[in-house]
Parts: sequence; structure tokens; C-alpha cells
Amino acid sequence: MQSVKDTTGTVGSGRSAEEKKEEQPGPQPAPPPNPGPSRQQVLPYGIVGEGLKEVTRRVPLDEPPPLPENAKLKSIGKPVSRLDAVEKVTGKARYTFDIQLPGMLWGRRLVSSLPHARIKSIDTSAAERYPGVRAVHILESVLATAKLRDPNAEKGNRYPTIRYAGQPIAAVAADTARAAEAAVRLIKVEYEPLPHVTGLEEAMKENAPRVFPGPTEQPATAGGGGAPPGLPQKGNVRGPDTKPRGMGPRGDIAQGLRDADVVVEAEYRTQVQTHVPMEPHGLVADWRDEGLTLYASTQHLGSVRDEAAELLELPRSKIRVVSDFTGGGFGAKYGIGNYGLLAIHLSRKAKAPVRMVMDRREEHVSGGHRPNSLQRLKLGAKRDGTLTAIQLQAHGSGGVAGGAGVGFCHSTLYECPNVHVEQYDVFTNTGPCAAFRAPGQVQGIFSLEQSVDELAEKLGMDPVALRGKIDVSKTDDALARAHERRLGAERFGWSKRKPAGSDKGPIKRGMGFAQSQWLYLVHPNIACEVRVSGDGSVEAFCATQDIGTGTRTILAQVVAEEFGLRPEEIGSHIGDSRYPAGPASGGSRVTSSLTPAARNAAYRCARELATRLAPLLKANPDDIVFAEGKVMVKGKISSAMPFREAVKKAGIEEISHRAERRDDYEGYAMKMPTIAISRHGIGGVQFAEVAVDTETGIVKVERIVAVHDCGRPINPKLVESQIYGGVIQGVSYALYEERHLDAASGHQLNANVDQYKIVGAREVPTIEVLLLEQLGAQSSTDARGVAEPANVATAAAVANAFYNATGKRIRTLPMTPANVLAALRT
Amino acid sequence: MQSFEWVDAESVEQAVSLLGEGNERKPVVAKAGGMDLLDLMKGGVVAPHRVVNLKTIKGLDGVRFDAKQGMELGALVTLARLSRESEVRRRFVALAEAAEHAATPQVRNAATLGGNLLQRPRCWYFRYDHFHQAAGNDVERVRAGQNQYHAIFDNQRTVMVHASTPATALLAYGASVELTGPGGKSRVVPLSDFLLPPDMKRSTDTVIAPNELLTRVRIPAPEAGTKAAYHKQGERESYDWPICDVAVVLRMEGKVIRQAAIALGWVAPTPRRATEAERLLVGKTLDEGLAGQAAKAAVSGATPLSMNAYKVPILEAIIRRTVLAAAAA
Repeated sequence: MQSVKDTTGTVGSGRSAEEKKEEQPGPQPAPPPNPGPSRQQVLPYGIVGEGLKEVTRRVPLDEPPPLPENAKLKSIGKPVSRLDAVEKVTGKARYTFDIQLPGMLWGRRLVSSLPHARIKSIDTSAAERYPGVRAVHILESVLATAKLRDPNAEKGNRYPTIRYAGQPIAAVAADTARAAEAAVRLIKVEYEPLPHVTGLEEAMKENAPRVFPGPTEQPATAGGGGAPPGLPQKGNVRGPDTKPRGMGPRGDIAQGLRDADVVVEAEYRTQVQTHVPMEPHGLVADWRDEGLTLYASTQHLGSVRDEAAELLELPRSKIRVVSDFTGGGFGAKYGIGNYGLLAIHLSRKAKAPVRMVMDRREEHVSGGHRPNSLQRLKLGAKRDGTLTAIQLQAHGSGGVAGGAGVGFCHSTLYECPNVHVEQYDVFTNTGPCAAFRAPGQVQGIFSLEQSVDELAEKLGMDPVALRGKIDVSKTDDALARAHERRLGAERFGWSKRKPAGSDKGPIKRGMGFAQSQWLYLVHPNIACEVRVSGDGSVEAFCATQDIGTGTRTILAQVVAEEFGLRPEEIGSHIGDSRYPAGPASGGSRVTSSLTPAARNAAYRCARELATRLAPLLKANPDDIVFAEGKVMVKGKISSAMPFREAVKKAGIEEISHRAERRDDYEGYAMKMPTIAISRHGIGGVQFAEVAVDTETGIVKVERIVAVHDCGRPINPKLVESQIYGGVIQGVSYALYEERHLDAASGHQLNANVDQYKIVGAREVPTIEVLLLEQLGAQSSTDARGVAEPANVATAAAVANAFYNATGKRIRTLPMTPANVLAALRT
Repeated sequence: MQSFEWVDAESVEQAVSLLGEGNERKPVVAKAGGMDLLDLMKGGVVAPHRVVNLKTIKGLDGVRFDAKQGMELGALVTLARLSRESEVRRRFVALAEAAEHAATPQVRNAATLGGNLLQRPRCWYFRYDHFHQAAGNDVERVRAGQNQYHAIFDNQRTVMVHASTPATALLAYGASVELTGPGGKSRVVPLSDFLLPPDMKRSTDTVIAPNELLTRVRIPAPEAGTKAAYHKQGERESYDWPICDVAVVLRMEGKVIRQAAIALGWVAPTPRRATEAERLLVGKTLDEGLAGQAAKAAVSGATPLSMNAYKVPILEAIIRRTVLAAAAA
């Protein structure tokens, strides 16, 4: 990857002030990394087992020496089981959904039944009188939506304009959930209906009803496009954005197409996918004179605190955010949201804690989604496979929110001198989109990787070989993919692939392959504190959260390594905004951000501890080592003393160090307050084998070989879990998931988990994970993320396998029987 | 969900009497496994004043087979049990298969045969309380809307399909239901007459009266040479509602088909017999070609809606495969 702009993991205007600062348009040159004292350090670089070499980089003076490869470590790189696994499977773990506080009230929202309307009046008197009701609040402004450029455009309106069915209007807090539900029904809203439009292509028409009466702004979002300010808007169509994430056009596209020996051109359609986390969005607000406590199901404690501070005009010091466990989050759980804002106001009014958890319908409708897309893609290439042109026009709708682009892969994955990309946001009267596991990129890869496959066939080249020819940027992700293609092809049995459509009989099998690319991101300046107590306890603290990836466990592993302890012996504390600022669980950046800070803090503690133990062991501090639960003098096994005993003997009250995530040693392509973007990406390739029943249109994904890199894997078991999850969610997206709307009413019809179809146990393919250990010489742990890369290539790999099975391209997702039978008829 | 009263019924008579007390303002509903009822109550589609629990009634979960009387299944027999009972497996394999492929193991453990037959449609317009309150014609709304999972036959008056999949198998076996009313009086109604085209405005899609209880299901004893097969085709193999399901019951003499019953579920407002296809089969020796002809005949009268034409070739393939599977059983 080259220089790109990104604001992954944040969406809509429902964001903190801090996150909004990232939204400055265009690429900004990153300052040189790590000012301050430094040393020249030799570091291992490359892929372990594939010939490591050494590079010399400038490293901050106070950072620990580089780690060797995982095989030489005791805790890092080991498949440690989740420290909180038993708590989770026994139901002991307390999610926001489970929070019960003394005197807690139940919040319930009133949402619009119309998809587009002006509200003439709201009468809450009957609701207020209902027994058990303690507070009612009407929303003054709506979060998670694009905003009119002209703030006076709807000045005459007393209430926010309704732009989608399900838009929150007001909320009630009551003693019981049932009273809240009954009272909400008593709120009388007088609407003035306006014409509405829900379909992407319908909304693009010139005479379509307008979702917004004028041009809008929505700061760059993680939904893909990242619309810079001031883009033209005609009707509902905003754009083009020709520089998605800072990647501008290059070369001369017309010339590139003239230079091509072979051209492929096609139209691709992808559907709206909703997030469906196991735990819906929710927040419990406890407003007291001394301060506001928020229990949140969130991907970023900091974003909850900062947005509450901004909207309620409170100092951050008065707000505490707690999130012990978050029941899944795929990009949509940032900030406080409309539901949280309502909960806080209700708590303030009722002087009691208020629980506001979205129900499953609300979660589907207004909790966020992956936008749909309509992509027209044209590729040109020379006979030898060299690309000469990539031209993309993409429209997508994120409902009332912008950010429906299709990622950046068309500009960054392959070497091509002439690239022109146009991405448009199309507004519709539907709920807002939100970042969703590799926002935009999943849609983009679906078109790009099928087109490249088509090109390979036209050129008579093997699809894997063609990638080898054009995936040649000098980046860590390109290096990784080169190895991944080779390893994966071998394990998968790619050489057994037959010509397209060669199976006889109604059920046809095929093999396909697609590549992944995602950003390598870091949340800069986050910090971790490590403490060693006088009794030998070791604890680590960071205000990050666990959305299910195993954050507590990797934090403990990294700290344990420095003390020669086992991860279970480390107190691993996250989920409280009172700890040092931690990374957001979005953009696959927790591990890349948290682990270097944790290691740096642990290292400093360990070195200070060594100094304090030196007299006891009658040794030079530099000669004191921590290993296998013991303290000893290097080379003198006889000096070994159990860790706790040694600390107790040293008479230490407490040692504590706080360290920050320093810049990557090589610096960044771009650096913003909460996101730094490396010029390197994260790779990954996936191979798929499918069976297509050509009579019923049923597609079965039988096998996936997923080959991935994530820098240094801190915990291969957890990395594998992430990859399993990414593949399963990818199969689900490719085959089943789709939001269905009733155009006439604007309502979602399948806002449940009965008719919104998600992959089930019988649909999960055999998944084989191959994992590289790649050392990039960038930080004190060299860890990178994997959650998003694991989800990027699956749908495209399945689609390419579908072609190999049937000889027909499927360019529309999901691959339902209806879409499959239509594709087979072409 | 609204608050409601709960009564554990001790007898059929008591249940019937309690159900008879209901009226529009204070609806009383019966609950067996509660699987469908809970969904409807949570969705705000049904808001009973009183729920009568039938699970406390003894003697309604019998499975009895008699060579003369045939099979008698108590209304409270669970789908899980239905799929495992050896008499059902041995003599009515299509029914056992239909029960086994319904819903999920957890649901099958609770759901009862009676409740399954009385469940309401899965139509997403029906299941959303918004559309029960909305103005306008509810049939035309679906016809003009998202009708991909709706009827491809007999869809002039309604486009919703009945949800029960065991009903498809029971229709092929010529089953009847026993309804018991006040004073212990019961009547036996053929399943084909029992089920009515779904209607959002009614509180049932059957001919059951408000003061009646579905007490038993009766299936005639199969004649010698009976073979059967069932297939439910969903988008997913895990928990899913069907695109269509097909039950085939053949009486064969050697390789010759003497009688054929082909029932099609989820393609018409109520499960439908493919009589044209059945006629084609009778008196003939089955082979791939004949099965294909029969399947083609079965779908020839289809009148798909704007979004469900894809169901026609799928149904055709499933009929052909299930006929062949039945003969090979």
C-alpha cells in the first residue's frame, strides 16, 4: 500500500470531537517518527522460515531490545487460551446488556413509522402520566446522519426531519420495561409525510424524491468512500470522490485502455449487510452530581467519553466509561449514538440510572450496516498480464449517512500506471451505514478480484500466476501475499483445479482464489501502565476494551514475557476509561497499538525491578534475568529465586511505569490523532472450493484455505479464531445476508434473526488457516491486526470458485438461489 | 409484550371452556409448545388477555398405531419425538423426515404437532405488527412488495403460504385432525379442509372454532407396497424456512406405481396436491424421464409473482428428485 487516508472505525456524525479531527481532507505528510533520543538498532526483518534478514532502523532510546522470532519466546506467540473464557461460557461475564444498578430505570425509544416526514407536533403528556414513567425526552438533533451543508436549510422545523422509518424521535424511562414500552406508545406524533425513496438506483434518478433538500456534508467515514467536504451533490447523488482515502487518479485512463491488448468490463452489485452483533448497541447511563458513569457496549471507551463530554458539555474528567465485555462489534459501536444520548438525558432528568439497549429490530434498522454498491469496473492489460488501465465507477447507499464507497483496492493492490476511480454516495430514506469489517474493501475486492480472474482467463494465464505478475509493490503486504499464494496453492491443491464448468451433472464443483489487502493501522500515543506490587503481583492497565478478540489475554502475554511469568499470573485490566488511554477496537489496530506500549512499560518495570533486586542477588542489574517464574543471575541457575519471593525480599512498595505506543520505526504515510497509517498494508489470500447445485441454485462452500499475515502473531490461537470468524462472516455475506426493505413503506421486513439469514452451523465450510510470522521491524512487538483482512477476500474467492464450477460469472451478491439461477441463465 | 394471565389447563374440557370465554377485547389463546405464540406475542402481532397452557393436560401426547385404525398422534407430541418414534419412522417416513427438518433441535424439543399445524404464516408482512396497523389492502401490499418467499400457485386471493412443513407430509398421507369442542364433542376434519388460506385479519388459518381444541391427528394405515420420501429445500440447511417442501407417497407393485400422492408445501396458500403429476405416474414404471415429466406437469400451472419465479424450477427439481427418492426408498 502506498499513501492512503483512512478513518477506519468511525462513522457518521455520531463521533467524538477527537475522531472528527481525523477528517481533514487529503493526504497530509507525516512528520518524521519519534523525535527525541534514539539509537541505531539492528532488527530482524522478513518472514520467519523464509529467510530473515536484518535491517537497521532508528529506535527510541528507551525502547527494549528487539524480540527474536516467536519460537524463542515463552509467552508471546503461544496459543494461550482466553483468560476470560470460563467467565464467558459460564455466563459470569457481565456485558452492558446484563448491567443492573440499584434503582435502574428501563429506557425505550419511540421511532418513526414513516420513512420521510416533517414532525408538526409531539405530545408526550399521556406518556408522562403513565404509571411508572419517570422521564420523557425528545431528541433535539439526530446523530449518525449526514448534515445539510446549509445549517439554515431546515430552520423552520421544530424537530429533526424524519428521513427513515425507524429514526429515533423520543424516549421514555420507566420503572419497568413493560411500562416504558406501553408509555412510548402513548406519545402522539403528528407527521407531515414527504415522498421517500429506498432503492439505490431509484434514488439516483433525477426526479427521485430528495432525502435531503440540499447538499450535505458528512465527514469521511470508514464506510469506504470517505467523502471529502465540498463535493458536488445533485439530488441524492453526492460525488464523485476521485481520491478515496487520499489515493488520487494517476496516468491517463483513455491512453491506458488504448494500450491494452485485452479489456474486461462488467457491472457488480453487492447488497446491504447489517452487523448483527450478538449484543446489540446499548448503554446504561448513571448521571449523578459528582459525575456521569456510562456502561457501554462499545469498540472505543474514549469515543463514548469524548462524545458524551462534547454533547453534554461536561469535562472529560467528570465522565467514566466502563465496558467489561462487549458482545461483538464489527465497526458500528462507536460513540454514544442516539440511544445513548437519550439514556443520558433521561438519567439526568429522572436522577436515576437508565438502561437503553436496542432491540433486534432497532439494531438492524438504525445500528448501522455495510452499504450496498453498484460498481462498473473496466480493466485493461497487455498480453503478458501487465495492467494498463483500471477504471471504476461506484455508487452505493449508506441510507441517510455518507460513506458508501468501495474501498481503495482498485488504486492500491496492483501495479498499474493508469487508474481512475469515481465513487458516489447515494442518499436513500433508510437507516445509516457504519463502518463494517474492512469497510468498502469487501465490496471493492468482490469486483476487482473477479475482474482480474476474468482477465487471467482471457489471457490464458493461471489466476495465481497473474497476481504474481501484478502484485509487486514494495510493501510488506505484497511480500506476504507472494508467500501466501505459494503456501496456499500447495496446501489447497490448486494444481487440481479443472477448466471452468467441466463437471457433468447438476452439481458442479469448482475452485477459486482471491487476494486481500487491508491497512496496517496504529492508534498513536495510547499508553499502558504496568505495576509490580510488593507481594510480587504484576498488573497491566489500559483503557481499551475487548469486543471478543481476546484483548485481555494478549495484554497479559506481552507483560508476562518480560517478567518470565505465565499470562495467567498477570492482572490484565481493561474496560475502564480511568486507565491510560487505549486503542479503539476498529481498523484492526488493538494488537498493533497496545502490545508495543505494554511491552515498553513492562520492560521498564522489569529493568527497575532488576536494579532493586541487584543487591539481593549480589549482581549487576544488567545480569538479572526473569524466566520461568524465577529471578536469577544470568548463567547462574543456583541463584534462581521464585519471582514473588524475590520481590517480597526486596522490600518494594510498588514499581509502576507507563509507556506510550511510539511511532513505527519507519514512520507513517500519514498520522492523525487517533489513526496512523503505514505505507505497508496487511495481506492475506483465500482459496475456496464450492459445490453449485445448478437446478436449485444452492451454493455450498465446502472448503476455505485462508493464508494470512498479521506481523508477529502474539497468540496464534486467537489469530486463528479471528480468521475463522472472518471467513464465516465472509461466507455469510457471500451467500445469505441481505437487508430486505418494503419500498412502499420504507420499512425493513427482515429486522430479526429469523428472516435475516446468517450462515448456520451446517453452512460453515472446513476452514484451514495458514499463518505467517512476519517481522516488519516497526515496533517493540511488531504485531499487526488481522480481524479485517480475514473478511476481505472470502466473497470474491467464492465467486471465482463459482465461475470455475459453472462457467458462469455471478456478479450479484448474495448468491441466493434466485440470484444464482439468474446468473446461470446468462 | 403486554402482561397477560396464565392458566394451566387440567383437562381438554376445561381448556375448551376457557378458550370459549375469549372475545375480541379480551382474547384467550391456547399454548402448547409456545414456539409460534411467543414469537407472535413478542412481535406484537398477538396480545392475549389470557394464555391457556395445554401442556398440563394429560393424555394428549400419545402415539398409537393400529393396523385397522392407522396412526393416532396426540396433539402434544413434540416434533422431536415425532421424528424419532419408531412406528412413525417405519410407516410414515415422510412425516418423520418433515418433523426432523423443521426449525432447530431446541425448537423441535418444545414444538408440538398440534401447534405446528396451527402456526401462523411466516410472511414478513404478517410477522411485523406495523403492517397489522397500517392502512391499505394487505394482500395487494405483498403482491406489489417483497414476495420472493410467497405463493406461486393459487395466489389470486392471497399470496401468503401456510408455514407448517409436517402438514405437507400429512397431506400426502391423507391425514385428518380431530377437533374437540364443548361437552367433549369432537369432529374429524381432513387436513385438506382443515387448513385455510392465510389471512391477516383472522386469528387462525384453519377451520378450528374459538372453543375447539386440536386434540389428535389421524393417519390411515398405509397399504402394502407404500414407499415415501420428503425433501425440504431451504436457502440454508441449518435453521431455515423452506423455499418449497415436497412429500411423495407411492404405492408400488414391483416397479409399477399403483397410487401416488405428491404434496407441495410453501408454494400455495395451503399445501397442495400435484394431481396432474400424480395422474401421470399411476400405472407406469418409474424412471428418470417419467419423474421429470411428472415434475414438469406439477409446475406447469404456476403463476409466479414479481419476485418468486425462481421457485418454479427449484420446485420442479425437488419434485423430480423426491419422486425418485420415494421409489428408491
